[in-house]
Amino acid sequence: MTSSDPARNISGAFDAIVIGGGHNGMTAATVLAKGGRKVLLLEAAERTGGAMRGYEFHSGYRAAALAHIVNRLDPEVAELLGLETRTTEALPTIALSLDGKHAVLRGAYGETIDGVSTAEAKAFAAMRKKLIFQAGILKRFLKRRPPEIGNVRMNDLGAFAGAGLSLLTRGREEGRDFLRMLLMNVADVADEYLSDDRLKGLVAFDATLGIHLGPRSPTSLLGLYYRLTGEANGRTGMQYVPKGGMGALAPAFEKVARSAGVTTRTGESVTRILADRGAANGVVLASGEQLSAPVIVSAAHPKATFLALCDTADLDTGFVRAVGNIRSKGNVAKLDLALDRLPSFTGVSTDDLRGRLVIARSITHVEDAFNPAKYGEFSPDPVMEITIPSLADPTLAPSKGATLSALVEFAPYDLKCGWDNGKPAFEKIILDKLEHYAPGLSQNIVASNLMTPADMEMHYNLPGGHWHHGELQADQLLVNRPVNAAAGYATPLSGLYLASAGSHPGGGISGLPGLLAAKRILSETRP
Amino acid sequence: MMPDLATRLAQQKHITTPRLETPFHPRIAALSETNDWYTWAGYKAPHSVFDEELEYFAIRSMAALFDISPMVKYRIAGPDAERYLNRLTVRNVAKLAAGRVHYTAWCDDHGHVLDDGTLFQLSADTFRLCCQERHLPWLLDSAIGFDVGIEEETTEIAGVALQGPTSFAVLSKAGFEGIERLKPFQLADFAHDGGTVTISRTGFTGDLGYELFVPAAQALSLWDRLWTAGRLHGIRAIGYAALNRARIEAGFIVSNADFMTAETTLRADRARMPDEIGLDWLVDMEKVNFNGRKAILEARRNQTLKHVLVGLEIEGNIPADGAIVYHRRKQEAGLVTAAIWSPLAKRNIAIASLARPYGTRLTEDFWVEIYAMRELQYQKMMKRARIVPRPFIKLDRRAANPPGLF
Repeated sequence: MTSSDPARNISGAFDAIVIGGGHNGMTAATVLAKGGRKVLLLEAAERTGGAMRGYEFHSGYRAAALAHIVNRLDPEVAELLGLETRTTEALPTIALSLDGKHAVLRGAYGETIDGVSTAEAKAFAAMRKKLIFQAGILKRFLKRRPPEIGNVRMNDLGAFAGAGLSLLTRGREEGRDFLRMLLMNVADVADEYLSDDRLKGLVAFDATLGIHLGPRSPTSLLGLYYRLTGEANGRTGMQYVPKGGMGALAPAFEKVARSAGVTTRTGESVTRILADRGAANGVVLASGEQLSAPVIVSAAHPKATFLALCDTADLDTGFVRAVGNIRSKGNVAKLDLALDRLPSFTGVSTDDLRGRLVIARSITHVEDAFNPAKYGEFSPDPVMEITIPSLADPTLAPSKGATLSALVEFAPYDLKCGWDNGKPAFEKIILDKLEHYAPGLSQNIVASNLMTPADMEMHYNLPGGHWHHGELQADQLLVNRPVNAAAGYATPLSGLYLASAGSHPGGGISGLPGLLAAKRILSETRP
Repeated sequence: MMPDLATRLAQQKHITTPRLETPFHPRIAALSETNDWYTWAGYKAPHSVFDEELEYFAIRSMAALFDISPMVKYRIAGPDAERYLNRLTVRNVAKLAAGRVHYTAWCDDHGHVLDDGTLFQLSADTFRLCCQERHLPWLLDSAIGFDVGIEEETTEIAGVALQGPTSFAVLSKAGFEGIERLKPFQLADFAHDGGTVTISRTGFTGDLGYELFVPAAQALSLWDRLWTAGRLHGIRAIGYAALNRARIEAGFIVSNADFMTAETTLRADRARMPDEIGLDWLVDMEKVNFNGRKAILEARRNQTLKHVLVGLEIEGNIPADGAIVYHRRKQEAGLVTAAIWSPLAKRNIAIASLARPYGTRLTEDFWVEIYAMRELQYQKMMKRARIVPRPFIKLDRRAANPPGLF
């Protein structure tokens, strides 16, 4: 156990206890502390950071974090952290092609594109403009507490009115188009605008990454909208790696939490959230120690929060039933490679290696990769995005060495043959695929490490190994995230609040669930 | 975590059989003169056996046998059984002693009543829950996080109610030794046919009476034992029509007759909270958390309760079943859900559901509009109704200890 504050043992001296030191837990803790609350943050692992926590996967080689790129960190959270994003450069996305003639999206989500025809570049620009405009409407609802059905507040009406107005000012055509496209599949939209398979494959991949949908599944466009609600430095769709690499994020969060006065205890796993007749009032640690506080904030997965940490006796049956039915089975695996030299991808400049490389040859490629996942099998021809984290943070690998990180889909959590059996075969498939795009790569591999959703569940205490803490699909969004009765960060247990990616608006390193949860708590009368 | 669907379906075989016969059916069918049957929870059950009127008087002046086998029965057992039931139901199960029975109700998250029923504590960690509707999926989902087993035993356990002034005499004569020690809402096991029969001093008539539960295989021998013993005590088999009269007199409500159970309602405003159907006295806010607690508490605090259940005494002698209740003859105030001319109270009585503030703040000047069909013509009557306390009758013999040997 470590601690940053000697006053920790004064039980009951805290206004709020935050469970889980991931980015959302730390954001919530920081905002609460800045709001004048005395906050205790409990983290089960030896270090805070959650999915931003790095790990050594081979002697001398580290992965910076589970996430390998930032594309949606909320500006308010970034400012809270004092992260220097103004000078951050937008990293390119390279839609890889087997013939080495890639399409390269530059700027914020392809403000310009290299390697495609002028006509195609124009078509992409039109689609980009349309989608960013529509995502902008949805974005109005992302940075606020979801409206409560049956108890809509004045400022909810304001948000509805704002969204309506922004549509109206663009004319009827835009309004019609928004309603037409909102629940469409990404494949049809891509087909409508584009003709280049590389670009179509890329948007199909981005729309479905981390979501159990194929590009032709209804509503799959929502995933792309979600991606395009992210921004950095005022530029929608921009992606970057912070100075010092992804590994710099966790310390930044820790630092700001500490300076805000948050007391942090790591290596302390919470085993029970205590409640009495409908009101949460404390936690029990694995050591048996009991801590009480009038406000408990759980940044753990909603299923873990209610089905493992709470006594179900403190909750109503219908609520437990709803939580039990949250769909939260991940289907993305992460491959880390330890390399003895910087890899070389055919047709990709060394400078572009700092960006994101995507293997998704066409919509059909992504769809075909998804199909086996429906039946509990991994893709024989998976799609993936690749980064070289050691370029941003040379300390991740020995000198001259490099690391490669790939997020690979589809790798269903419930693999029919079991991941113990399936893992070596899937890993071989991925390595073979990589070899096509980076010939000779296999000779540079010092070690490799494949983390399946089952592994993520174990290492990151992430039920189902789902980084969004629950499928990011239409029925689990907004007023139904994670479930209707707990959609506004408050829960049926008074005093217990949710602040994980399982709450609105969802996953990715945004800090928004934590920020909005803390704002809700601060807006309420202090108990 | 979430129980398996196939297992659940296998546990609900009744779905595949359209109309079952109860273990007592051969005896009741042999006695049936009216051949008047209805369907009760998937079972063929007698509406009347020989004469509705005389069957009612068997309850009130002799002994009546009423087959309650179709009543849905769940066995709830395990180390967490009490804790489980305390979370499931609104009443405090910690206060229920072993060998006792209590009437209770259970709600969904919104505080809407899913059903009411009786809870039998068979031993420290074994209970039997009896009710009108089937609830296995709800009961199983409620068991998530509890060390408790739930099994439906509706077909395995036959039940029969023996009600009426001579019911104690019949049981004594039948040789159930120690039956005189059973106080109201108490239960005990007695030897029968090489096994045991569980007898509780409970019933749905407001009269002296007992309910007997026995494995289905021993049902007929139990019936015969009672029938033989009861010959000189005027024992009669009765149907639901007679029982219904007795229960209205006793002021008891029936689910899906006097209120709609939350899971069967199609319309959002039809579900009812306990306070809206006269069950507020069951709800224990001081005990541990239970399903619907928060919703009921908020409804009470915010005064958003919309209905109230009342007893009515109506002038005249025409039963007002289904009649609309008016305030000051004009303003619609509610609906009569059950009504009879009470032979015992010699009054025209009814149970009605009123929309608050009628029945709460406004308690005077009510009228019911009765449409009596007389040879293809409605005779329309506006009758004065007075709110009166339930039960409409109170019989000393019901709770007498030891019970009277009539």
